[in-house]
Amino acid sequence: MSELSVKHLLGIKYLNEKDIQLIFETADHFKEVINRSIKKVPSLRDITIANIFFENSTRTKLSFELAEKRLSADVINFSAGQSSVKKGETLIDTVNNILSMKVDMVVMRHPNPGAGIFLSKHVNASIVNAGDGAHEHPTQALLDSYSIREKLGDVSGKNVVIVGDILHSRVALSNIFALKLQGANVKVCGPKTLLPKYVESLGVEVETDLRKALNWCDVANMLRIQNERLDISYFPTTREYTQQFGVNKKLLDSLDKEIVIMHPGPINRGVEITTDVADSKQSIILNQVENGVAIRMAVIYLLASKIK
Amino acid sequence: MGQKVLLSEKEINIILHRLACQLLENHLDFKDTALVGIQPRGTFVAQRLTKILKEEYGVKHVDLGFLDITFYRDDFRRGEKPLEANKTKIDFLVEDRKVVFVDDVLYTGRSIRAALTAIQSFGRPSEIELLTLIDRRFSRHLPIQPNYRGRQVDAINEEKVKVHWRENEGEDVIYLINK
Repeated sequence: MSELSVKHLLGIKYLNEKDIQLIFETADHFKEVINRSIKKVPSLRDITIANIFFENSTRTKLSFELAEKRLSADVINFSAGQSSVKKGETLIDTVNNILSMKVDMVVMRHPNPGAGIFLSKHVNASIVNAGDGAHEHPTQALLDSYSIREKLGDVSGKNVVIVGDILHSRVALSNIFALKLQGANVKVCGPKTLLPKYVESLGVEVETDLRKALNWCDVANMLRIQNERLDISYFPTTREYTQQFGVNKKLLDSLDKEIVIMHPGPINRGVEITTDVADSKQSIILNQVENGVAIRMAVIYLLASKIK
Repeated sequence: MGQKVLLSEKEINIILHRLACQLLENHLDFKDTALVGIQPRGTFVAQRLTKILKEEYGVKHVDLGFLDITFYRDDFRRGEKPLEANKTKIDFLVEDRKVVFVDDVLYTGRSIRAALTAIQSFGRPSEIELLTLIDRRFSRHLPIQPNYRGRQVDAINEEKVKVHWRENEGEDVIYLINK
């Protein structure tokens, strides 16, 4: 059987198309497993995984922890807020101390871009990036593509628009890499202030008119406005943002075709999408969450098979 | 690498019919029994047996499932590459029913050990039996023996038993291959 070309999952940038297909095929099997009445397999009995979160997270952390437990791995959790990081310990020291307790794999979220890459060069464990600043969030992009594949049969040739704060979004960057790798057409849409200057160099088109973008696409991935990362005012008011870049039911119904709505969560209801859109049957937001567990099981399983 | 024919199409057919009769003897109408083919290669044997039972012995209905054991194996991370998973398809309850595991070659017994764990995810069978087309004698790592056996074979570790099926490889034949 084929295996992943990488030892760590640091970003989609380091994967090839075959890796993504392998992860999806493996996730198919795990999706069947997590829908059984007994949702657990003993594959990773002898693996210990540390979830190290230097930044807040609800669903990613839960999803990773659940995936690890469904694979029977031993799990330890660590949140920077309640730790010696506050006392001035460096990242390498923190992680090496955890690894001394015989940990095989580290799942890390960190506010600094490249934290996972840095760590992978300095410590002896398999690293899974669960989000590094505004850089990458590979498992989110994988589960997004997997959800598109599940809903529409294939990712290749589909038109996907990513709407919102592209500038600060790791979800956007990882999604662009993943979608392009699978042959999808990608547009980004948002206020000009929140679009990176050279985003076209990634092979995506820029569209600032939401209606045009929605009429073009098969799938709209609505990103959250990340107020915590907005250090200056990128748009006048939230209300104005919603008027121009928010999706409501009326707008959806006025389109030429039925499109699929995605959101990586957490949703600011009434800002990027309204409640009736989030809960409509066009929305696959909760499928994304379910698929997240299967995708993370697949990633961890495939990476763990490389630990000797 | 040399190979010799262990069983021809005709011999395989006779053996499958005998195994079907032995199953019938113990399970009659198959109301309380399910056949579970072990993925990937046991599924072919299970499908053939089901066909014979239905078409030639008039059994009205046989519950046939496929069980993938990849995630239950004990040699994860011991091989060179990750183990490839296959589809599990068990759309009936095994709780309180008799289950017959069906596989093509019984060798170390480790696959069956994994299958015994895997089936627990689908309930608690009242009884589990094992049917295997080829039983490689003297090569078991675990105390596992078949209840129904097609042909017993003495093969040394360097040899490999390969079962070919018409629906997959284009011919019904079993080879003993010298690696």
